[in-house]
Amino acid sequence: MGDSNDDPERARRFREAALPHLDDVYTLARYLLRDPADAEDAVQECYLRALKHFGGYRGPAMKPWLFAILRNVCRAEFARRATAPSSAIDDSPEAAEQPPLWHEEQQTPEAQMLRDRDAVTIRRLVDGLAEPFRETFVLREINELSYREIAEAVGAPVGTVMSRLARARAMLRSAWMAEQEQAR
Amino acid sequence: MTCDEAEVLLNALIDGELDAGHAREVEQHIAGCARCSAAFAAYQKMSQAVAAADLRYAAPLALRRRIEAALPKAAVSNLRPMPNRRSVLRGFGFGSALSAIAATGLVAIMLRHDDEQRILSEIVSAHLRSLQPSHLTDVLSTDQHTVKPWFNGKLDVAPPVIDLTAQGFTLVGGRLDSIDARAIGAVVYKRRAHVINLFVAQTSSTEHRAAKIDSISGFNIRRWSDRGLNYWAISDLGADELDEFGEKIEAAARSNTEG
Repeated sequence: MGDSNDDPERARRFREAALPHLDDVYTLARYLLRDPADAEDAVQECYLRALKHFGGYRGPAMKPWLFAILRNVCRAEFARRATAPSSAIDDSPEAAEQPPLWHEEQQTPEAQMLRDRDAVTIRRLVDGLAEPFRETFVLREINELSYREIAEAVGAPVGTVMSRLARARAMLRSAWMAEQEQAR
Repeated sequence: MTCDEAEVLLNALIDGELDAGHAREVEQHIAGCARCSAAFAAYQKMSQAVAAADLRYAAPLALRRRIEAALPKAAVSNLRPMPNRRSVLRGFGFGSALSAIAATGLVAIMLRHDDEQRILSEIVSAHLRSLQPSHLTDVLSTDQHTVKPWFNGKLDVAPPVIDLTAQGFTLVGGRLDSIDARAIGAVVYKRRAHVINLFVAQTSSTEHRAAKIDSISGFNIRRWSDRGLNYWAISDLGADELDEFGEKIEAAARSNTEG
């Protein structure tokens, strides 16, 4: 790991491999940290670390690898925030309870799902998910990773990814439904 | 399939992660279960809504520039002041601090991606198991008309049992085994001292898939598909002899559908 970073050839390869994923990495950072400025810092730190360790990178895919690094950066950020609720990783069912997120006239929950495609609204809904379900959901639905890639990125077995994703979708659905009840 | 299982698996179905067989099982469950079918419909709509909304963020230009500026030759000075982060980075390969709700009983055995590799390694394990003393056969007979009926009623589809003694592969018997969490028939042959296990499983696809030979843990595996059956022949025989065995089985199965 003591290899130098001033090798221009390596910098070029890193640039070609890693920079195309910048939007993806930034997107994940936004959802993990829920703060634009913190997300920028984390992404920058992530890329610096990635370059530093690029010599040891053996694949398989660049995106999950970058995400894994980003998660470590974010974890440090969570530790720094210390008091922030998002630093707590909460697998408990209570975490599923969501406050109603918007108030509009609605008919049925399913019709609502079809109608509310407003990015801002859905983003807020996703942001309302508890960790680690938010992360899993974002990796799957927004970053479009396969289950195996998610497992790589988060360092958990595929079975865990599957159950988290199932929980995430169930939570999101009930948040949607709860909203519907409110509007009634 | 229980609702608990389906609840997790219907997600994998939406995400296109299930193999054909398990996809069908989940679909069957959904068809007969109002609760799961409502969840399935809702999740599908959610996925569509999320996709349509495009929830990605674009990295700010300033961030992109900062990162690019840190990359080329300026890299050294910018990157050095990061002491001792190596340990953090090393950590991510070995599992995270995230607690795991294990998907109990739901080992991701049904995922499409590494399906074939996983089955191959199960085949190797089953073969190794069969080589343990008195594990090789449940029915010991060199007579195909004894072995074939023995399978009947034990499996949905009895494997074709073909006598290749004349061609130098001696039928030894048959065995029930378990691959991919299903009961599966194994027909056992020998060439000289080498045991060949021929695993045969039903598949939803009727297409013919040409033979492929893999080498895993010192064993050769020849796999192919024909007329709704998947075949795996495994042995420590050389690839050429195993291939010969497979060709003979294929030819005999074709000419003699009844086995």
